[in-house]
Amino acid sequence: MAERRPDATGSPRPVLLRGGTVVDQTGQRVADVLVVGDRVTEVGTVDSSPAGTVVLDAGGCVVSPGLVDLHTHLRQPGREEAETVETGARAASLGGFTAIVAMPNTEPTLDSAEAVRTVYDLAAGVTAEVAVAGAITVGRAGERLSPMAELSELGVRLFTDDGSGVQSAGLMRRALEYATGLGVTLAQHCEDTTLAADGAMHEGAWSSRLGIPAMPSVAEEVMVARDLALVRSTGARMHFLHLSTAGSIELVRRAKAEGLAVTAEAAPHHFTLTDACAAGYDPVFKVNPPLRPIADVEAVKAGLADGTIDAIATDHAPHAPETKDLPFDQAPPGMLGLQTALSLAVTELDLPLDRILALLSWQPAVICGLDTGHGGSQGGPVVPGSVANLCVVDPAATWVVDASALASRSRNTPYAGRKLTGRIRHTVFRGEPVVIDGEAQR
Amino acid sequence: MSPFPANLLSMDDLDTEGIAEVLAVADSFVEVGRRANPKVPALRGRTVATLFFEDSTRTRMSFETAAKRMSADVLSFAAGSSSLKKGESLRDTVETIEAIGIDAVIIRHASSGVPARVAGWVDHCSVINAGDGWHQHPTQALLDLYTVRQALQVLIVGDIRHSRVARSQVTGYAALGAEVTLVAPATLLPPSLEGWPIAGVSHRLDDVLEKADVVSLLRVQSERGSGAFVPTLREYTAGFGLTGRRAAMLQPEAVILHPGPIVRGVEIASDVAELPASLITEQVSNGVAVRMAVLFLLLGQGPVEGAHGG
Repeated sequence: MAERRPDATGSPRPVLLRGGTVVDQTGQRVADVLVVGDRVTEVGTVDSSPAGTVVLDAGGCVVSPGLVDLHTHLRQPGREEAETVETGARAASLGGFTAIVAMPNTEPTLDSAEAVRTVYDLAAGVTAEVAVAGAITVGRAGERLSPMAELSELGVRLFTDDGSGVQSAGLMRRALEYATGLGVTLAQHCEDTTLAADGAMHEGAWSSRLGIPAMPSVAEEVMVARDLALVRSTGARMHFLHLSTAGSIELVRRAKAEGLAVTAEAAPHHFTLTDACAAGYDPVFKVNPPLRPIADVEAVKAGLADGTIDAIATDHAPHAPETKDLPFDQAPPGMLGLQTALSLAVTELDLPLDRILALLSWQPAVICGLDTGHGGSQGGPVVPGSVANLCVVDPAATWVVDASALASRSRNTPYAGRKLTGRIRHTVFRGEPVVIDGEAQR
Repeated sequence: MSPFPANLLSMDDLDTEGIAEVLAVADSFVEVGRRANPKVPALRGRTVATLFFEDSTRTRMSFETAAKRMSADVLSFAAGSSSLKKGESLRDTVETIEAIGIDAVIIRHASSGVPARVAGWVDHCSVINAGDGWHQHPTQALLDLYTVRQALQVLIVGDIRHSRVARSQVTGYAALGAEVTLVAPATLLPPSLEGWPIAGVSHRLDDVLEKADVVSLLRVQSERGSGAFVPTLREYTAGFGLTGRRAAMLQPEAVILHPGPIVRGVEIASDVAELPASLITEQVSNGVAVRMAVLFLLLGQGPVEGAHGG
C-alpha cells in the first residue's frame, strides 16, 4: 500500500471500554476492550488497566469496528461555507464513523495528485480517516480520463465522477479497462442526463401533481444496465453508488447471481423517505438520486436484507442554508447524513444489529480498500493488535434530531425533529476517544 | 359556511362551497367595472403587493386593476430592477416587503411551489398564487369557471404537461361536477395522472370534439421547451389545433376558452378565435371581477380599516 496520510498518533492515555458486547465479522462476545496507544491490547475481562486509563462505560452497548462511509461530500476545497474536512470528520465521529471516503466533486475537482494531496493535508489531525475518491474524468467533464495511475500511487482506491455519471459508454469502457490494470474500483453515479434532463425530483404521481420537473427511474436504470454490460465485457470490478430504484436493484441482484464483480450501496434517505416529502416544496427533501415512491423504498430495504446491496453509504451532502432557501427546482440536491445513518438503519430496517454493522463497517471497508486485507485498519475484527478504530452503539437509546446541534457546518437534514432509536455513545479513532457519551472531544 | 382560506395557493385550497362563494361574490363585482367610476371602498386602507418574478402583462394588470377597484393601495415589485439582482435571496425579499406592511402578496414565479414556500415564511399577510411554474394558477381557473358558469363535458387541449392552468382547471371543473377529458399527444401529458379527477384522456381531438360543451385550449409553450415534445408546430396544429373544420364539429352551444396569450394559427385558427363561441375576451374582463372577489374574500372580512395588526 502506498502513501496514505495522516499517520496514527494514538492517544496519550489508555482507554477501557467496559462491559459491552463486542460485535464484528467474527461474531459477538461480551468483553471489555482495552486500548493502549493506537492499538487494541486486550479483549475479554480486563481486571486491571494502566494508571490513567480513561474508562468508558459500554454497558448495554455494542462495541463495533468503526463505521466506514463510502460516500461523503466534504466540500473542501472550494465550498468551505458548507463543510470542511475538519467539520465533516467531526460529524463522522459523532455518527460512529472512523473512516470516510471524500467525493471528488470539489472545486477544484479531485482529479490530480495536487488536489488529492490538498485533501490529505487538510485531513491531517482530524478525527477520522479520510480517504479520497478520485475523479474518473478530468474535471468530471466526462471527456478524458484523469491520471488514475498517478492517483492510485497516492493510495486512491475508488474513482467516481459522482454528482453525475460518465455519460459516454465508450469512455466508461476505457475507464473500466484502464482501472483493471491498477487494482482500483470505479464507482458510478448512475444517471443518464438525457433522461434526467433538469429533473428536480422523482418523476411520478407526486411530480405530476406538484408541477416539478422530474427525472424518471429509467434515468438511473439504463446506466446501471449499460455499466453491467460493460463490466461483463471488460471483466472489471465496479461499485454502484446510491441505488434508489427497484429496477436498478433487480439488475444488480441478477448480475451478482451471474457472478459479476459488482458491489452496491444505498443511502439512508432512500430507505426512510419517499417522493411525497416534496409536497411542501422544501428543498431539504431534494436529493439526487431523488426520493422515490414507497415501492422503491421497500426494494432498497429488500436489497439490504438479501445482500444485493453491500453497504449503507450516507451521501452526506452539506449545503449552506441560503442555498436551500431557493425554489425547489433551483436549490442544490443533497442532505446531511453522517450523524443519522446508524440511527436510521436501527430505526427503520428490520435487520439485526450485526447485519446493520456489516453494512456500515466491514463490508464498505472492503469496497474502498481500507480493510485490513488491503493493508488498512478499518472494519477488521476487534482483536489484540488491531488498530483501535471502534464505535460504541447504544441500540436502545432514543434521541430527537436537532439540525442546529449537528456538527456539520450546514443544517440540511431532512430528519429535524424526528425521534430515532440507536445512538453512537463513544467513538475511538486510532486509540483516541474522539466521542465520549455523544460529545465530540475536539 | 366554512371560513375562506387564509391563502389561495392552489385550487385544492377551495372546496365546492368556496368556489361557489368566489363566483357569487364576483357576480356582485362585475357590475362595478361598468360604472363611470369603477371603484368600491371595500379594501380601503389595505395594501397589496404584486411580486412578479416572471414576465406577465395580463395577469399582473388584472390583479392590480382588481385591487385598485377595491380601493386598495398597490405596491408593484418589479423583479428585474430589484435587489434580487444584487443577490438578495427570495426569502429576504419577501420578508422585507412584508415588513413594509402589506395585507396580501400576489406572486408569480417560474418555479413551482414558490407561493407555498412564501406562505410559510410570512406571518401577517395572505399569499395569492398568480401562477407558479407548472403547478397552479387558481384565479385563472376561477375566472374560467365564472365565464362558463356550468359545464358538463370539458376538453382541456394542449400542453398539459407544462401547464399550471390545466392543473388548476382540472380541480375546478371537477368540483363543478363536470367530466374533464385531457386531449394531447402523449408527450404533452404529465408523466402520471394518478389521482387526477378526470374522466379520461384522448390523443385524438377529432374523436372527442362532438361531445364537448367547453373546449379549453392551452398555448404550446415554446419558451418552456415544449417544442421538443412534438416534431413541429405544424404537426401539432394538424392533430390538436382548433381549426375551422374542427370548430364546425362542435355542438352549437359549445364555448371556446383560452387563458391567453393565444398563438393564432397554432392552437387556434384566427377565424375561430373571433367566433361568437369564443369567450377569450370575456375571460379577460371576468378576470378582474373574479380577482376582486378573491381579494375581498381574503382581506375584506377581517378587522376594519386601520385595525390591521400586520
